[in-house]
Amino acid sequence: MNCNEARLMTHAYMDGELDVLTTARIESHVQSCAVCNQRLGELTNLSRSIKNTAPYFKAPEGLRRRVQLQLREKETRAQILPLHDWRWARVAAAMVAAVVLSVSVTLHMNTPQTDEVIAHEVVSSHVRSLMAEHLTDVKSNDKHTVKPWFTGRLDFSPPVQDLASKGFMLVGGRLEFLENRQAAALVYQYRKHVINLFIWPTAREQGTNVEAHPWQGYQAYEWTLGGLQFWAVSDLNDSELIEFVRLQQGVPTTVRVE
Amino acid sequence: MAKNKSEIERFEQCALPHLDAAHNLARWLVGNNSDAQDIVQEAYLRALKYFDSFHGTDARGWLLTIVRNTSYTWLRENRMGELTVSLDEDGIDATNFAFDTLSDASGVSVFATNPEAALIQQIDEDLLRRAIAMLPVEFREVMVLRELEELSYKQIASIAAVPVGTVMSRLARARKRLQVLLAPGAPVLLRQETTHEL
Repeated sequence: MNCNEARLMTHAYMDGELDVLTTARIESHVQSCAVCNQRLGELTNLSRSIKNTAPYFKAPEGLRRRVQLQLREKETRAQILPLHDWRWARVAAAMVAAVVLSVSVTLHMNTPQTDEVIAHEVVSSHVRSLMAEHLTDVKSNDKHTVKPWFTGRLDFSPPVQDLASKGFMLVGGRLEFLENRQAAALVYQYRKHVINLFIWPTAREQGTNVEAHPWQGYQAYEWTLGGLQFWAVSDLNDSELIEFVRLQQGVPTTVRVE
Repeated sequence: MAKNKSEIERFEQCALPHLDAAHNLARWLVGNNSDAQDIVQEAYLRALKYFDSFHGTDARGWLLTIVRNTSYTWLRENRMGELTVSLDEDGIDATNFAFDTLSDASGVSVFATNPEAALIQQIDEDLLRRAIAMLPVEFREVMVLRELEELSYKQIASIAAVPVGTVMSRLARARKRLQVLLAPGAPVLLRQETTHEL
C-alpha cells in the first residue's frame, strides 16, 4: 500500500469499516510511514475528542411526555373522527379518476419492499432537488435542448415530452443515481409545483399499471414503458399528477377530473 | 392515521427508546432547543403514520431518517440560506472555496498553515460545539451520526439517502475542516462566524 491509498482509507480504517485484509495492509503501512502515522494519530485524536467532548443533546424531560401525549391523542381522535374515511376518500377519488381515464391504477397499500425502497429514494431525491437548489443540470423549456444534453451522459435516451400546452412546463433535466445506476431526472413545473420525472432502464415487464407510492406527504407514481422505468414525484394533487402520468404515457386527454 | 391502542403501544416500545437520539440529531441540525423539540414531535407523528411500512429491525435508523427529513423540511422553510450550498462530491464546493480563501485583517489567509499539521489541543466543549455547528448541514449530520451515534457508514448512507462513498467523503472533508477550525488561531474565526443561537 502506498501513501495515497492509505490517505484515502484512513477514515474508513479509523471508523472500523474496512475488511480484515485491508485493515492489516493499512496497519503495516502506517507502522513504516511516519507521515501517515501522524495523520492517523491526529484524526484519531479529533475523533476521540468529539466522542468525549461534543455535547450530546438528550431529550429534555418534558419532551417525552409531550410526544406520548400527542401519540395518545391520535388514538382518542381515531374513535371520534375516523381519519381513515378521509384517506380512503382520496384513494377512491384517485381510482375513479383512473378508471375514467382508462388507466388502470393499482394502489398498493402493501407495496413490495423493493418498490418501497425505490419510492423512498425517488422522494428523497425529489426533496433534495428542491432543497439544495440543485433542480437542474441543464435548464431549458425546449425538449430539443434537454434531450440531446443527456446523450453521452447516459447509456439510454430518455423520452422528453413538451407538455406546456397542458400546463406542465418543462424546466430542465439533471442526472441522478437511482437503484444503483444512472438515471435521468426531468423537471416539470405545474403552477407552483415541481414534478420530478425519474427515468432509467429496467428489465421489468412492460405493463399499463401505474402504481402509487405515497411517502411522507409526497406522491410517487411508477410505471414501465419501452424497457424504461418511470417514477413521477410531486406534492401535486393526485388527479393532476395522474393527468401528468397519462400524458407521459401518451394516453389522449379527453376528460379532466378534479 | 387512526391507530388503535395496541398499535400505539407497539409504536412507543419501538420508537420512544430512541427519543434522545432523535432530539440530539434534530438539535444539531437546526441549532436550537425549541425548534428541535417541535421537530421531534412532528417526526414522531410522521413515524406513527408510517409505522405500518416499517418492517426492519433498525428502529433507530428508521426513526432518525424521519427526524432528518423533518429537520430538512424545517430548514427549507425557515433557513433556506443554509441549504443553498450544493455539495460537489469531487471536492470543491462553494463554501469550501469561500472557506479556504477567508483571510484575517492583515490579508493573510488564516489557513495558510497545512491543516494536517495543525495540532488540536485542549478542545473545550464550547469551542467544539461551535466548530461543528459551522459545518454545512450535510457534513454536520454525518459527523453527528458517526461520532455521537456511532452508526456504520451503511446506516448513515441510508439515513441521509446518499451512497456509502459519499458518506465517507463527507466525513473526511468534515474532519479536515474541523482540524482547521480547531487549530490554534482559528477561534477568532469562530467568534465572528456564529450566526445563530446554539
